[in-house]
Amino acid sequence: MRIAIVDESAARASVIQEGLASLDDCEIFVVTERRGLVARIGEIAPDIVLMDLGNPSRDVLEEYFAVSRALARPIAMFVDESDDESIAASIDAGVSAYVVDGLSANRIKPLIDVAVRRFNAFARLQADLDEARGRLAERETIDKAKRILMDGRGLTEPKAYAEMRKAAMDQGRKIAEIADAIVTAHKLMANNQTGDA
Amino acid sequence: MAEELTIGFLPLVDACLPILAREHGFAEEEGVSLTLVKDTSWATVLDRLLYGHSDAAHLVAPLAIATTLGRGRPAQPLSVPFVLGLNGNAITLKSDIAQRVGASGRLGDPATVGAALAEVVRERKDAGRPLRFGVVHRYSSHNYMLRYWLAACGIRPDRDVEIATVPPPFCADALEAGEVDGICVGEPWNSVAVERGVGRIVLATAQIWRRGVEKVLALREPVLAGKRDAVERLIRAMCRAGRHFVDPENWDANAAILARADYLDGDPVLIKRAISDRLLLARGGEIVHFPDFMFQYREAANFPWVSQAEWLYTQMVRWDGMAFDPADAVRAARVFRPDVYRSALIGTGEPLPGASSKVEGSLRQKTPVGTQQGIMTLEDNGFFDGKVFDPADLAGYLAALDPT
Repeated sequence: MRIAIVDESAARASVIQEGLASLDDCEIFVVTERRGLVARIGEIAPDIVLMDLGNPSRDVLEEYFAVSRALARPIAMFVDESDDESIAASIDAGVSAYVVDGLSANRIKPLIDVAVRRFNAFARLQADLDEARGRLAERETIDKAKRILMDGRGLTEPKAYAEMRKAAMDQGRKIAEIADAIVTAHKLMANNQTGDA
Repeated sequence: MAEELTIGFLPLVDACLPILAREHGFAEEEGVSLTLVKDTSWATVLDRLLYGHSDAAHLVAPLAIATTLGRGRPAQPLSVPFVLGLNGNAITLKSDIAQRVGASGRLGDPATVGAALAEVVRERKDAGRPLRFGVVHRYSSHNYMLRYWLAACGIRPDRDVEIATVPPPFCADALEAGEVDGICVGEPWNSVAVERGVGRIVLATAQIWRRGVEKVLALREPVLAGKRDAVERLIRAMCRAGRHFVDPENWDANAAILARADYLDGDPVLIKRAISDRLLLARGGEIVHFPDFMFQYREAANFPWVSQAEWLYTQMVRWDGMAFDPADAVRAARVFRPDVYRSALIGTGEPLPGASSKVEGSLRQKTPVGTQQGIMTLEDNGFFDGKVFDPADLAGYLAALDPT
């Protein structure tokens, strides 16, 4: 089975590819380039195409498939109308699957299941990464704010942090928000001193 | 307790009514809480609608008909209780071609531009490099307007020129790379191409048909039935948004909202131009005022005329090479739901036309029309070639169109 993975995210494509590599009899092609997409798909002549739902080129690919239906190897998103659940699961996961006519359901299903699981796993990884990045950025801001208080008011580090924590509790906000406010105010004050009125 | 509706959309200026209904609190005041979900392809907007991720969608009108008839997806009946806008698109050509066929500095006459284009088409076809146009989707009014214009000018789509699918954000790139020689797309994408100096706007699609249905609010039939009350509230909220949108006082504020990253993520200058019916046709040129370039509210623009659905069906038959099927024509007509629109707005200040279907393209001047409520005057709604579409005879209309 020839499988084309169309995804502008090379990272996600490789996560899918790795998952599919464990399946029998699969030859996998990854397409990340938008230019020449249709020609490349034509060259690959895939049995299955997996494409992320967020890809703006979906309409281009579907148009190509619509035309190809008039040719030798019709390929379409819905093989079996009664497979709504499977399609719903893929849409949930953010992937669309196009399957060539004539491929049996029991060959397609395991593959789509892998793709769905991998897409979901990648989405969780992304969310974790975003959250970690967010926490790191917060951490940096809190450190900056501490330094401002320490330098500006001659406080020790623990005292500076305690003040921020108190302000957070008093105002019903997060420490990171208080830190943000301190850093921003400091920037504006500094500009005022060095610049014009 | 507020009812909730999730609405899918593509980042285009004509997604404005649901967006502004939310942002200005109109929906909230009607007791509807809106969640807007952005996608980057019509296929995905449609799939979310069909698989229940969204309750309603900003959709290219022909796609609502195509989906109901089972073209490209297993058939699922969709309903359109509200039209999100007419007009709003333009045709932009590579600068060198535009210079040959267009009127410099202003929008030319479609027949004249078409005649000049036909010469270029002939040359390129003879040279074995036929002209290529990009449209956003085969089931889009962009595709149908472009084809209508070309065919009426003696240029046969698919035979004399190629027409390919190009996503809106890639249109300027495609022109620059020479992948296409022209595009028919909604704003702000024509202006983006012009700003980059890769193309010139030669026609507004409103010059091809002065009142062509563009985007619609589509729902799955069972969802409309199950959430009828919420949908009627949404209709009222979007009517208010339409009134707000067309008021020049609000152009700046609305352009700023639409430009936001979670909406169009675009340039508020270009968006405001579109909203105010102004176009920069070529880089370094003068801005042109084209009245009714965008058309989101006046003349009951949001009323889903059954005749519009039927016109779309005739174009689908024409360009998909299907046989005309009277049963399909009936199914297509049923997609548009003026009954829901009326039910939502009866007793409000909005004008409601007396009829639900009309002869399209027959008006050449201001004409008062009979109403169920309020006063309504329709203006010139002609097709540039003077043809008229009478929904009483779909087969006859199709037969009379130029053979392609």
